[in-house]
Amino acid sequence: MSKNISAFVFGLIFGVGLIVAQMTNPAKVLAFLDVAGAWDFSLALVMASALLILGVSQRLIRTSPELAQEQEQTACDTPKTGVDARLIAGAAIFGVGWGLSGICPGPAIVGLSSGLPGSYIFAGAMFAGFVLFNILHGRR
Amino acid sequence: MTEVTVLSALAGGAIIGVASALLLFAHNRVAGISGIAAGVLPPWGAESGWRLWFLAGLLVSGVLYRLSGNTIAVQLDASLAVLAVAGLLVGYGSRLGGGCTSGHGVCGIARLSVRSITATLVFMLTAGISVYLVRHVF
Repeated sequence: MSKNISAFVFGLIFGVGLIVAQMTNPAKVLAFLDVAGAWDFSLALVMASALLILGVSQRLIRTSPELAQEQEQTACDTPKTGVDARLIAGAAIFGVGWGLSGICPGPAIVGLSSGLPGSYIFAGAMFAGFVLFNILHGRR
Repeated sequence: MTEVTVLSALAGGAIIGVASALLLFAHNRVAGISGIAAGVLPPWGAESGWRLWFLAGLLVSGVLYRLSGNTIAVQLDASLAVLAVAGLLVGYGSRLGGGCTSGHGVCGIARLSVRSITATLVFMLTAGISVYLVRHVF
């Protein structure tokens, strides 16, 4: 139960981060991706800042061998394979969708609070995409 | 067209990093939003509960932010049809590729995963090409 409450709080903090960074504004994201236009590199700073904080945290966590070992064993997305065609194809498809909309999964969920029809359509279609994956490839 | 926002970008990124680190430290889980969101779909298992609560937190962050008197700019230029197609591609592609901007772009790169660095370069490239084609060609 307490695990659920902390997960809720972490989701809340993550969402605030997306909002403060303005990643919840598709126009802002598209302006980052539009290198040939009036390039807004803010999103690069968002990533750099997040990477710095998380990277330093992970260095700290790895100083404890027990924790590092536990993380290695249970982290749910520990890669079992190297770079393969599926990874490349999936990332490429994801990128096209991201570039067409300016929305990725986190902002899609936060965006449901906007009340805009487009936000609901996108989130609904995204979940349909998850279901499509489960149907075609089976759930991992 | 948007202005470069250095401070809010750095602050927002730091908050995202803190949230991801907390999830990693406290629960030993990676903050990959596509995996978390897809994980609330059936069949339900032991991992479904916390994921649903994390998503609820994401959603409530937007609601609370607005209720506290702030505005969240959401400028959607794409048509509803394009958004539907884009949503489908984002959902399917992120599952096929095993992650999205958060799981690969932040969490994966932070632990120097070759898979995540590759995925991030690929989706940045195809996203950039899509924007270029939409804005400067068609």
